[in-house]
Order: sequence, then structure tokens, then C-alpha cells
Amino acid sequence: MPKTIEEINEKIKNGNVVVLTAEEIIDYVQENGIKKTAKEVDVVTTATFGPMCSSGAFINFGHSDPPIKMAKVWLNDVPAYTGIAAVDSYIGATELSESEGMNYGGAHVIEDLISGKNIRLRSTAYGTDCYPRKEINTYINKQTINQAYLFNPRNVYQNYSVATNSSGKIIYTYMGKLLPHFGNATYSCAGQLNPLINDPYYRTIGVGTKIFLGGGVGFVAWQGTQHNPEVERLPNGVPLGGAGTLALIGDLKNMNTKFIKAAIFTGYGVTMFMGVGIPIPVIDEEMVEYLKVKDEDIYVSISDYSVQRRNKPTFGKVNYRQLREGKITINKREVPTGSISSYQKAREIAILLKKWIKDNNFLLTSPVSQLPASGSTKPLNIVNEEEI
Amino acid sequence: MASEKLILDFPKNVVTKPIVYHVVKDFDLEFNILRAEITPNLEGRMLLEIRGKKDKIEECKNFLKKEGVQTREATQEIILDKELCVNCGACVSLCFSHALAINKDTYEIEFDKDKCVLCGICLNGCPVNALKSKI
Ligand code: SF4
Ligand code: SF4
Repeated sequence: MPKTIEEINEKIKNGNVVVLTAEEIIDYVQENGIKKTAKEVDVVTTATFGPMCSSGAFINFGHSDPPIKMAKVWLNDVPAYTGIAAVDSYIGATELSESEGMNYGGAHVIEDLISGKNIRLRSTAYGTDCYPRKEINTYINKQTINQAYLFNPRNVYQNYSVATNSSGKIIYTYMGKLLPHFGNATYSCAGQLNPLINDPYYRTIGVGTKIFLGGGVGFVAWQGTQHNPEVERLPNGVPLGGAGTLALIGDLKNMNTKFIKAAIFTGYGVTMFMGVGIPIPVIDEEMVEYLKVKDEDIYVSISDYSVQRRNKPTFGKVNYRQLREGKITINKREVPTGSISSYQKAREIAILLKKWIKDNNFLLTSPVSQLPASGSTKPLNIVNEEEI
Repeated sequence: MASEKLILDFPKNVVTKPIVYHVVKDFDLEFNILRAEITPNLEGRMLLEIRGKKDKIEECKNFLKKEGVQTREATQEIILDKELCVNCGACVSLCFSHALAINKDTYEIEFDKDKCVLCGICLNGCPVNALKSKI
């Protein structure tokens, strides 16, 4: 008998819901089988905590007197986008400070805002009859501003790749520092805890799904940019590379810097560690088939990041169990591996979300609309207008 | 008498031992191997403290360079700031000597000072600046 979200929510309210994390469900299925698990378990919590560049926040500053129609905005010297209404802006995580360069960026502004620090706001404008002011220099913090919400165009990649470096010199990438001659290999995926790997065909996660975002509550807003569901998949639905992605939204004011953190990748720039947790309702037996996925079943390709092209040469596939063991073999060489996303934090989030649900502090939602199950990512070609 | 802490990186084809004996004989230096590591690919790294006349130490460094051994001065001490660390693991694959490792039960990062060869490679590999060198 399939379960409905309403039935699960009733159980949450009555205090008899059964929730497991995506780690715990693995052994549970092993011991109890698919049928029994589908009957007994109601929710499985998944999570991830990794660097996600495609993140940022909309902020409304409120109106000054006389008012200003901001044309350029800086927050602690980091430029924000303001080509929208007078005092609306968007601060992107990867934007760099004009005075401190790669040592401070948009992600730091967001982290400082969440932790309640004061932020210097500077703005210039051309002045209009209704917005006469031409510049402003002031301070804001999360109490003084109106809305401040994260809107991340692309988070929660469904699998990714392993990065290594065949060249003779150190390279600095968004996958971290890569040592010469296959000196190391890095990866960034929560594997068996990853939300979209546990719901590979987006049966329960869709537009409107309520989630844990940066320590507060958020929602899936849309398919993420570069959502690419048509990637080659294993029989268990697991894609062999980056496939689905999610656009996320959530109130910045309720977040916690334990679960959202600015990051600097030397030589690459600023990005943001985003903590995301997604509950998956165990609606039927088919769902359990996906939820029982473990690190050994999740494969990913190894790419050579020293090749500065869109398509990089690959060196075969490995699974996340091998990666977490700390070494893999590439071209007959033993190569040490390291994650750049935190499995410890992902686990902490999955456990916390489980507690929220058990304590009746978090009800589940049905998606308002499904995510696309087809479509793939297009490249950008350099052409004349006649050729396009 | 001068003393220096040096890190020696031996490429695959250089045999480590005879070189170290040359250092003693030809340059009249005392040395103390604080730590040594050899990778499965037979590359080596060594943390040495050498003592001797200043110009002899310089000559020795030039000799090593000619032999294909890279030398650099060791940093003082590496500190892991647990408050800042998010346990991502980005530093782990950079650490040649396994001083930085992930605990397979808790998935927290652990730093074993005794294994650290002070090479400094991890320092700019931490995205939240949790690894620092004490000067
Ligand atoms: S300096 Fe860093 S990378 Fe080098 S041995 Fe010590 S901990 Fe490992
Ligand atoms: S790279 Fe930095 S934050 Fe990540 S585990 Fe190492 S010390 Fe911790």
C-alpha cells in the first residue's frame, strides 16, 4: 500500500513517525527487506554540505530619506547587483571584494549578515525626480534590513566528478589544490547521503519541497541551472556524473553559520559551503529500492583538471567507498583522495532534520510541480550572428 | 655553528641514503633525520636538522640541488583550528605523511603532530583557513 504525504504528516503530528537517515536505512533494508522497510519507515533524511558557487542572496535595504534609486552597490566593498528596483539587490557568493580581492567576497558578506555583524553599505546613483539622492554611505545588519533571502540558482548536484592533475605543476581549482603527476584526487559529493542520489528520478523532490537550508527552513524553487537529467545512469538510477540540480530559496535571517560558511579556494576564489537537508517520504517499495543506495553502488568518473577545456579526458570510474577509503588507482599509480565537501556535516544535518521531524517541528510537503526528467545541458558556442 | 631545519624532496630515481652520507663526509655537517617518508611510487621526503658552518650548509644545498633533490626551509609548526574546521577533508589528500587524516567513524579531521613533516603544502589548501603555521 503506497503511503501519502498526508498520512505521514499525521504520524508526525501524533508522534509515531519512523524516521531514519540515508545512512541508517542501508542496514535497515539489509535486515528487514524492501517490503517490511516500506511499511515501517516513513521518512528518510538526506543531506549535503559542500562548496556551491551558484549561491547568493536578495536583500532589500529599505528607503533612505531622501530616497535613492541605487545604481551601484557595495557591501563591505563587495559589489552587489542592483539592476532591479531602487533598493533591491543581489549579492552573489563568488563576487570578490574590491579592496581585499580573494580574501573576502560575497559569501563572507552573507556569513557576516547571518551572524548579525554590521555591514558597510555604499551606493551611488544618477538621481531622478522621485529618487534624488546620488550617494549613500551607511551601515546595515540583519535587523535593519527588510527581506533577506538566499536564492541559489544551482545547488545539490546529483553526483559530480573526481578531479586529478596529470600535469607537472600544482593547479588551483574549484575542486581544491591538485598536486602534479596525479599527486592527489578530490571529490565533492555526500555519496549515500546525497539527496538526489536517493531520489534519482525526482519522484518526491520537486518544486515547492520544504527542506533544511543553512540551518533554517527553505524550499526547492525550481530545477537548478544546468539541470541535466539525461546523463548516463546505472541500473539503480545513479547518474555517472553531474545530473540533476536544484534552485533553492530560504530566509537568510533564520540561518546558522554552523551550516552555511564562506570558503576560499586559493587561486580560484570565494565560494560558499551550503548545508542542505532534504526529507524523502517513503511512499512505496520502489522508493526503498532507491533509498538503500550505498557508497559502493555510486560510481563517478575521474577527470583530468589540468586540461583547460570544456571536455576533460577521463581515467575510468571509481565508487565512493573507494574514494572514502583514502586512495584510488589511476594509471596504475596509487593516488591519495580527499573530499572537499564535509561528510561529517552532511551526517550532522541528516540527524538534525530527523530530530526536527520526530519532534513535530517539520512537516513534509508534496511537490507543487515535478522537476523535468528529460533535457540536457547545452554548450556555449562562439559564432557570428549568421551562424547561430 | 649554524643550524637549519630543511625539507628534502627526493624524486623517484635518486637513492636517498648515499646522498645523505655525502652530506656528512663532504661538507662536515652533523645531521639529524627528524622524519622520513617514502611513497609507494618511491618518491621520498625528509625533514632534516643540519648543523655546521654556514657556508658549508649553503654548499650542501647546492650539491643537493645538482643531484635533483629539492630543499626548502621547514615551517615552524602547523596548527589546526578545530573551531573553524568544517571537516571537509580538502587538506587530507595534500598531506603526504598522513598527519592530516579523516576519522572513518566520526568523519572528523584529526591532526597527528608527530607525523607532520612541516612541508606546508596543506596551508593554502584549507578553504576556511583552519590550518595555520606558527611562526
Ligand atoms: S605541513 Fe601539512 S601537509 Fe605537510 S606534513 Fe604537516 S600537516 Fe601534512
Ligand atoms: S581543509 Fe580545513 S576545513 Fe577542511 S578538513 Fe582540512 S582543516 Fe578542516
